[in-house]
Amino acid sequence: MNRERIETGILRIGRMVVLVLFLVWVLFPFYWMIISSMRSLEDIMANPSNLLPDIRQLDFHSYYAVLFEHGFVQYISNSIYVTLVTVILSVILALLGAYAVTRLRFRAKRWMSAGILGIYMFPPIVLVIPLYVLFSRMGLRDSMNILILVYLAQTLPVSLYMLRNYFHSLPVELEYAGLTDGCSRIGVIWRIVIPLSLPALTSVAIYTFMIAWNEFLFAFMFLDTPEKFTLSRGVVQLAGSVHLSKQLVMAASVIVTIPILVLFILLERYLVKGLTAGAVKG
Amino acid sequence: MLSRTTQTPSLTDREARLAAWMLGPTVIVVSALVIFPVVWNLFLSLKTIALADLRGPGLFDFDLTLDNFRKAFFDYDFWPSLLTTIAYTLGGSLLSIAFGLTAALLVHGEFRGRGVLRGLFVIPYVAPIVAATFAWSFILDPQLGVLNWFGLKQGIISQPIPFFSQKWFPIQVLGTQIRLPLALLSVIFFEGWRYFPFAFLFILARLQAIPDEIYQAAAVDGAGPIQRFLHMTLPQLKTVLSTLFLFRFVWTLNKFDDIFLLTRGQAGTKVLSIKVYDYAFGEFDLGASSAVAMILFFVLALFLMIYFLWMVQEDESIYQ
Repeated sequence: MNRERIETGILRIGRMVVLVLFLVWVLFPFYWMIISSMRSLEDIMANPSNLLPDIRQLDFHSYYAVLFEHGFVQYISNSIYVTLVTVILSVILALLGAYAVTRLRFRAKRWMSAGILGIYMFPPIVLVIPLYVLFSRMGLRDSMNILILVYLAQTLPVSLYMLRNYFHSLPVELEYAGLTDGCSRIGVIWRIVIPLSLPALTSVAIYTFMIAWNEFLFAFMFLDTPEKFTLSRGVVQLAGSVHLSKQLVMAASVIVTIPILVLFILLERYLVKGLTAGAVKG
Repeated sequence: MLSRTTQTPSLTDREARLAAWMLGPTVIVVSALVIFPVVWNLFLSLKTIALADLRGPGLFDFDLTLDNFRKAFFDYDFWPSLLTTIAYTLGGSLLSIAFGLTAALLVHGEFRGRGVLRGLFVIPYVAPIVAATFAWSFILDPQLGVLNWFGLKQGIISQPIPFFSQKWFPIQVLGTQIRLPLALLSVIFFEGWRYFPFAFLFILARLQAIPDEIYQAAAVDGAGPIQRFLHMTLPQLKTVLSTLFLFRFVWTLNKFDDIFLLTRGQAGTKVLSIKVYDYAFGEFDLGASSAVAMILFFVLALFLMIYFLWMVQEDESIYQ
């Protein structure tokens, strides 16, 4: 046996062991969140470290309580509204903006391209106080639509940057052909650019979805009325009010996690592209 | 620019006008909600203004002073808080990159189930922050947390450890007692768990771009796997690792959500971003709050400048 074989052998076994430990560490919080949400408080108190609870004893009472007694049906619909409107607007505006930056000639073009990326480095904690002051003064702060505007401003720079890079890689000849055949600019975008950029548009959409759905700071600072709470804001509210009922908080956490997780599993490829292309802040 | 030769707008003019329409909404939204707040924050940081003055007439008066910065710097817990911020930022960044590197090395190479593994590893990063923090708070809870119960049952610990609520944790090392900043270490560890996928994705992409030939050549020359990693892989990762460090450093420095949700800044975890919140909503002092935010912003700007200068020198980007 030479050193190569010994080292490779040890590394292979070591790698398997570390891999399993790593996976447990990465996924355990989610496993525990789900399991705990389906146990009764008495069961948790009696035996907190029961890693494999009895399937027959699982109950969904905490989900019922969270959804219908703590207003989560409303929070879910608020989150869906805020997120979907943000996604739709972000995709449309980024599409138009990226097209202008890559295909049209205008004066501020170079300055614009460079500025886009610099802007998304500005952290929310620096923006939140002045925006709080501004919107409070205007009497607009406690509003889901204001939240949508803030999320748009947070996501547009990265969305535009991603689409701009993608448009640079598309052949322009097709669009020229369209223009000479009498298509308007909007026609060219609708008939040629959009069909060709569906993968990039999907990346932008799911990236924006993730940011808007998961956002906590602005929702926490801006929203006062429970009827307007997004899910993240609602979970924090619940955790503050039902101090000891951990299973309720876990059920609420599962509810806020599931949509983004399902989307991620279905569209992983696109999200990873979005995460790396924009080096997303977070 | 081209001079106008005919009465009808030239092609250049029409293109410029169309561009203005297409980019206008984005420029307005971003200017109003990102650029303007930063500028206005500077203004607020130079004014004596309380939360109650929000609706008062003095909000736009030009009565500037450095009192807020004086208050922020001479506050009894400014320097401890700065120290905590540095420890949290350095620790969080380095740990997330170390875990990311480990994960990338584990997944690198050809084997079945690789794609699934990659997907699973990214989950901590895409999950909502509220869910992630509440799950960990529950796991590490001193009364009901599974980890403390497990430790007690196995006899590893004699009493529950309040991971997120105890500032100092004494341990015996070689007969001397040292105190570990327990809550701070716990939030740093959380950062490592939450943000390693970010480093993981970049490092994995870079690893896959390293040509196999150089490894084969090295193997022929008698270099073992460990030597190959140290002398061939690591140097190849130098750029991506330093870029990641800079990005993570800047973002962890400004991070608010995680610590706020885990400890509310208690038990020795009060970083500067928490002070921004505390000044505004604990002491109702918007001026001091803006001053701390401004300090954070200057540090961020400084680091970004270093980064761009360094990028120009290296002439090699993270995307390569």
